Amino acid sequence: MSEVDELPRFPFESDAALEPPAEWAELRSKCPVAHVKLASGDQAALLTRHADVKQILSDPRFTRPTPADDAARISDSEEGGIFNSDMAEVIPQHGEAHLTWRRGIGKWFTAKRMNALRPGIAAMTEQLIDEMVAKGVPADLKASLGFPLPVWVICDMLGVPDADRDRFAHWSDTMLSMTRFSAAEMKAAEQEFGMYMAGHIALKRANPGDDLLSALITDPEPMSDVTLIATGIGLLIAGHETTANMITKMVAMLLSDRTRWESLLADPSLVRTAVEEALRLDANAGVGMARYLTEDVEIAGTVLPRGTTAMCSMAAANRDEEAFARAAEMDLGRTPNQHLAFGAGAHACLGQPLARTELQVVLEVLLRKLPSLDLAVPVQDLRRVEGLVVGGLVELPVRW
Amino acid sequence: MKITVDQDKCCGAGTCVLLAPDVFDQRDEDGIVVLLDSSPPAALHSLVDEAASVCPAAAITVSSS
Repeated sequence: MSEVDELPRFPFESDAALEPPAEWAELRSKCPVAHVKLASGDQAALLTRHADVKQILSDPRFTRPTPADDAARISDSEEGGIFNSDMAEVIPQHGEAHLTWRRGIGKWFTAKRMNALRPGIAAMTEQLIDEMVAKGVPADLKASLGFPLPVWVICDMLGVPDADRDRFAHWSDTMLSMTRFSAAEMKAAEQEFGMYMAGHIALKRANPGDDLLSALITDPEPMSDVTLIATGIGLLIAGHETTANMITKMVAMLLSDRTRWESLLADPSLVRTAVEEALRLDANAGVGMARYLTEDVEIAGTVLPRGTTAMCSMAAANRDEEAFARAAEMDLGRTPNQHLAFGAGAHACLGQPLARTELQVVLEVLLRKLPSLDLAVPVQDLRRVEGLVVGGLVELPVRW
Repeated sequence: MKITVDQDKCCGAGTCVLLAPDVFDQRDEDGIVVLLDSSPPAALHSLVDEAASVCPAAAITVSSS
């Protein structure tokens, strides 16, 4: 047995769907730089404290590992899934080129644009809730609302017709799921999606609309088609499964102790801070963010040598007692809430204002339309689904 | 209260604008922060402090003078 085989295997398992694995608290207090074995069998240094995770994520010298780096592989699939695809190489990760790409997209995620999207997102949410209610209780809130809504929103941003939303959802689901589909199925979905996007881009080039894709195409310095397709895939990767699962987990957390739901019914102005608190307490947020250390760096008194892959567990950091008073408690009014759910620094989640907006709107509409919403099963019957980008719940049975 | 912003650090997350739209804005062309009011009225101080502390890029500095 090699040394790596004796290391703890990361990610850790948790029995309860909404509770964190016990290892997080243990490592934060005793072993802030923990050597772990990833699903691929490769070794990484796991960081779990708020200050350390924030330091590494904010350090402009370090980025997500690219295939050129000799970094630890996260996935155990031969291909490494979407993480090792061509897409990963098309979107620039470093320096000036990354900044240019990011700022070109960034103007589509301003707070002003998000506020302008709110009525449309609210209307989609109402439609999905109406359809769920029409089918009667019990309903699966994940399948009825959490899963479709973010795809509808992304389709809207890309100018994709409503009729193609379901195909988009299928491709997104297949490309991102590391466990439910074979490598061949994932590859096929990526190719179908690429072909659809190529056709869609050609249509938009001939007939631009008022959407993100048209704006990128008609920009004085337009992106190449390959970069446009990669950007479309990137938006789905970043914005679909993540938000879908977060909507579901947020509602589950709020209903698992129904006094929380009742507090929000009594004072809907708590929606904003409640969303942040749900993001902070997400106990199944995926593996976190990897950073490839291109120089030696000191963390919590330990020098991590150049060539180390650091796994930053934002979810573990978000429960650090050093950073949050009563860190294990859900405080719906917590302010300020310096959680790291969206990362930190130059690579912090580009779509965070969109995710916030979607989560806030979903919660507002649910409170208004279904005030009697409740879990249809005991909380201990909720089951986790693991994911690399993000984990979630298998389903969320609800009644009203 | 005196606020300064660092546009080179800013990652355009828009958190500050969502919290205090009277104090912060974003450039239309790239989403980078624009300071509208460097010494806002006291009623906005707690929101500005919150915006500074949750800024993912630590691009907002608040001093008491």
